[in-house]
Amino acid sequence: MSKSPGMRTALGRVRGLGSAREGTDHFWRQRLTAVANVPLILFFVGLVVSLNGASYAEVRETLANPLVALLTILILASALYHMKLGMQSIIEDYIHGEGLKIVLVMLNIFFPIVIGAVSLFALLKIAFGV
Amino acid sequence: MSAPATRLKPRPLSPHLQIYKPIPTMVMSIAHRITGGALYFGTLIVAWWITAAAGSENYYNFVSGIIGSWLGQLILFGYTWALMFHMLGGIRHFVWDTASYMEKHTATKLAWATLIGSIVLTILIWIAVFALRSPA
Repeated sequence: MSKSPGMRTALGRVRGLGSAREGTDHFWRQRLTAVANVPLILFFVGLVVSLNGASYAEVRETLANPLVALLTILILASALYHMKLGMQSIIEDYIHGEGLKIVLVMLNIFFPIVIGAVSLFALLKIAFGV
Repeated sequence: MSAPATRLKPRPLSPHLQIYKPIPTMVMSIAHRITGGALYFGTLIVAWWITAAAGSENYYNFVSGIIGSWLGQLILFGYTWALMFHMLGGIRHFVWDTASYMEKHTATKLAWATLIGSIVLTILIWIAVFALRSPA
């Protein structure tokens, strides 16, 4: 909280932000990623269905396509962020012990980052033909 | 809790889920959260598949064999339904965000539409899966 409040009143500074000082940020990001997820996940389901029964070479060739690789990276980013937000709500709703809650909230940040990093690395490896 | 010895009964709690008769909107809401939780761990399968494709041909064929087994296909079928259900449930929330269809009976209809729609989409996707497989 700023030492010099300037023209803003104390009420004006806190209004709408709630006790966690983030206002509707969680909700907004949840909805934003949800909107992005709809077309991206339909693309990804279509991709997986089209690769059904495909050989190793065919799968790699498809994933190496720049558009396919980019859209796959985007769905991973959007979906992983979205699920991190959702799982955080689940943890906050059902886990009441402070220690366990903090551990789970941390794990919930690490998990999507690890999944994302591993998948991204693998996709780039295929896309760049390494 | 250090309640006085004279207090034999614990303080009353507000009623929770088990006290209410399940209604469609409530069941859809619970299922939305459960499918969300399942999809969370489902990303492990996606990451496994992508990393397998980045690995050797032998390893990819090994992973592909597991995913292609009847158990793998069953899990993927469930995964597909959870994904479609959660997606339609999310779209239902977009509709509610505009303060539309919130009246009791229309909300219930929307709940049923979510369930039926998710089953229809899942079946359509798997028809495509089996239709594409046969020539190979």
